[in-house]
Amino acid sequence: MAILEKTELVTNAAGRAVPEQVNGRPQVPYAGVGRHQPRGNKAAPPIRTAADYPENGDKRVADLETAFRKCGLRDGMVISSHHHLRDGDRVALMALEAAARIGVKDLMWFPSASFPSQKAAIELMASGVIDHIEGSMNGPLGDYCTQGKMRGMGVLRSHGGRWQAIQDGEVHIDIAVIAAPTADPFGNCDASHGKSACGSLGFALADSIYADHVIAVTDNLVPFPCVPWQIQGNNVDYVVTVDSIGDPAKIVSGTTQITRSPDRLRIAQLVALFLRDTGIMRNGFSFQAGAGGIALAFVGYLKQMMKEAGVKARFVRGGSTKYLVELLEEGITDYILDGQTFDLSGVQSMANHPRHVATSPFTSYNYHGKGNFASLVDTVVLGATEVDANFNANVVTHSDGRLLHGIGGWQNCLAAGCTILAVPSFRDRIPVIVDQVTTLCGPGELIDVVVTERGIAINPRRQDLMNAAKGSKLPIRPLQEIKAEVERICGGKPQQPRRGDRPVAIVKWVDGTVLDSVWQVG
Amino acid sequence: MGVGIESLVKAGEAGHWGPDIRSDVHARIEARGRGGINIELESRVKPYYGDAIRQQAEEVLEALGVKHAEVSIHDEGALPFVIAARLEAAVRHAGLGEGTRVLPDRVLLPEPSPRDRMRRSRLYVPGSEPKYFINAGLHGADAIILDLEDSVHPNEKDAARLLVRNALRAVDFLQCERMVRINQLPLGLEDLEEIVPESPDLILIPKVERPDQVIVATEKIAEIKAEYGITRPIWLMPIIESALGIEKAFEIATASEDIVALTIGLEDYTADLGVVKTATGNESLFARQRIVNAAHAAGVQGIDSVFGDVGDMDGLRTWGINSRAIGFEGMGCVHPLQIAVIHQAFAPSPVEIEKARKIVAAYHEAQQRGLGVVSLGSRMIDPPVVHRALKLMARAEAMGLA
Repeated sequence: MAILEKTELVTNAAGRAVPEQVNGRPQVPYAGVGRHQPRGNKAAPPIRTAADYPENGDKRVADLETAFRKCGLRDGMVISSHHHLRDGDRVALMALEAAARIGVKDLMWFPSASFPSQKAAIELMASGVIDHIEGSMNGPLGDYCTQGKMRGMGVLRSHGGRWQAIQDGEVHIDIAVIAAPTADPFGNCDASHGKSACGSLGFALADSIYADHVIAVTDNLVPFPCVPWQIQGNNVDYVVTVDSIGDPAKIVSGTTQITRSPDRLRIAQLVALFLRDTGIMRNGFSFQAGAGGIALAFVGYLKQMMKEAGVKARFVRGGSTKYLVELLEEGITDYILDGQTFDLSGVQSMANHPRHVATSPFTSYNYHGKGNFASLVDTVVLGATEVDANFNANVVTHSDGRLLHGIGGWQNCLAAGCTILAVPSFRDRIPVIVDQVTTLCGPGELIDVVVTERGIAINPRRQDLMNAAKGSKLPIRPLQEIKAEVERICGGKPQQPRRGDRPVAIVKWVDGTVLDSVWQVG
Repeated sequence: MGVGIESLVKAGEAGHWGPDIRSDVHARIEARGRGGINIELESRVKPYYGDAIRQQAEEVLEALGVKHAEVSIHDEGALPFVIAARLEAAVRHAGLGEGTRVLPDRVLLPEPSPRDRMRRSRLYVPGSEPKYFINAGLHGADAIILDLEDSVHPNEKDAARLLVRNALRAVDFLQCERMVRINQLPLGLEDLEEIVPESPDLILIPKVERPDQVIVATEKIAEIKAEYGITRPIWLMPIIESALGIEKAFEIATASEDIVALTIGLEDYTADLGVVKTATGNESLFARQRIVNAAHAAGVQGIDSVFGDVGDMDGLRTWGINSRAIGFEGMGCVHPLQIAVIHQAFAPSPVEIEKARKIVAAYHEAQQRGLGVVSLGSRMIDPPVVHRALKLMARAEAMGLA
């Protein structure tokens, strides 16, 4: 398949060297925020006829191998899977191993994200069953990629970017395998019920619409109809029942704990104070926060401030946790618009509360649509591994170049009215504010505020926020000043780790252009 | 390692490493007859600071006069002032070096601490946990205490002493008063040798039972200050932790001109009495009131103990409110989360502030008009009431409330 050695590099609008071709497909280099103009029509799967499907609606087949054979699985195909079961997922590996038993080679695995429990995929890459992965890679899979062992090139996309790539025909999915916590024999799927309930199936929605073939795999088959049907059976070819689609203990955590780290709590409190004192926290506003330690603690502080000020949010965006659910139940927000649920409270709330609504990457994030929710959110609190003095940020690699995280919804969220990176100013001894980010994931013009334990830096492009913070007691400081202080504490700037000269993966921007390359390490 | 080998080979170690350790470093040094310095380095920040750590190790060993040694360093992202302290401690444990000190660059010393500054909250930082040092000043406590006593294992007393010394030089504790709790005397006198040259603002002397213990410490401090030419004040806060100490509270509080506050350690005090320490503190009410009374009689601040249950914020709030009500001016914190709660508990209420404001205004008016008697409406205000109102307004202003 793809041959890395022949890759030609070009410099994109962000000044980053990126390959012109990736896995045999020509690429468009990043041209700037909002600059790339897409043309043409969306992709579409072949037309089907009900005459070819059972009239009684029973699409069950014996097992995944049978389903694959019926789908016509062959060498070089694209198989997709999804991460709504997170590190507890058993279905993706089950599918890839079934494909291996059939004897096919050179597959492209297209997960919405991969997790450490799926490290067995390394053996499937070594044996040639999988050629490469397009999707987030971390842990052992990330190391495999950055060490240059994967034959094809990795492609990292945001959640919205994955929808965009499927919809625009950049990635054509031959067979989508959807892990369904509940399904009926017709293929309607739901994730809010069943022993493996995880909340939402939003990550699998694009695949169900655009893939040539769709297989639903469930451990909780119910008679038709499965309600609600977030995945519509009308898009599903086959239904496979198995004993277990995932390890419940790893699908959602029983409880999410707020950090006790004093430094992280301080950062979380500063974020909340910033939103209060700049007036972003006001009646009818909206915010998004993830499930990281700082984000969870931030919600706690903000909730207290909202109560004191008598302020309500119109909506909040998840990943939901019990802390967001409490906001809904206490009437502090009208709605939760939720991409995924991180704990049991989130799952139960989504199943039971009419104003806790499952969203998809289409509604939330897709850049090649007629708008999306991300830009309607007043403020979002995100993490980052590095940020430079121009507010450009990295979220996928460690400073030594190893893949550490997926992009998730991070890039898409940068469209919010006020994008806040909540980060410690250094980790161990390693400064987070750097001269140049190892991997560019977010252009600085979209990042408005960096909150560290040593102060709050506002992007000079946001004079309005600077003005709003004037007269407050907030510790507003130039980012350069915080950077210099941290370098003094850490005993000077760090050495530059040696970087390979071969790209092993690319980072896509939300519009499908290539924002940066991830380079071979060691 | 067997004692037999130790006696033959001069070796020493200090610090901590392992997957759960952060911001610390473990150094082991073994003397050898020749061959110079050989450094084995493992570090979680090796790609970024590997060269810097090696260079620093070489410089420190050279300064200490160590010429030939096998050195193994396991670094968990320690900052330079920590690396220097751990290396120096390892060298001393090995019985090597020339007794010199390797001191990190000094951040600007803050202004000397006023005798009667606000001491609502003092945050304890264990002296052998360097990960808590660097950000300790960020949390808004009135003071931080670098602790060499109960939070430090007996085997690590000397290593912690060097770490705290270096922290006093290299760490910016911002607006916090820089306090050090030394060990019980006589070990505490050895602590003073390292600590006093770095001009801490205040020394806490633990387990004081008799005035002469304070006098010994005061003399030692004066001697070291003279030796190093230090003229700024180093205040004292004796900690009384026994029934005998409580009985002698006033004598202790007046034992030295440098005493600015008197406090109590309730764990040891309740153990001495053989009673259970409770969240309401009824068992120690007498002792705490005795401290307050002795402190006021001596013209110093009475400061309460700590509230140990970090999870119980309501209990902490109640304790703090009661503590202020019986005359304490502050208390200790074992977690930064406690600071804001304590500051709230020790803040005068709006009603108190308003009343004090009126009295102070009446006082100023009387002063201007040259009247000897202050009156508010039809009531005459006694001088002690005026004094209390002036003090409360000053505190409220310092807390940003008035």
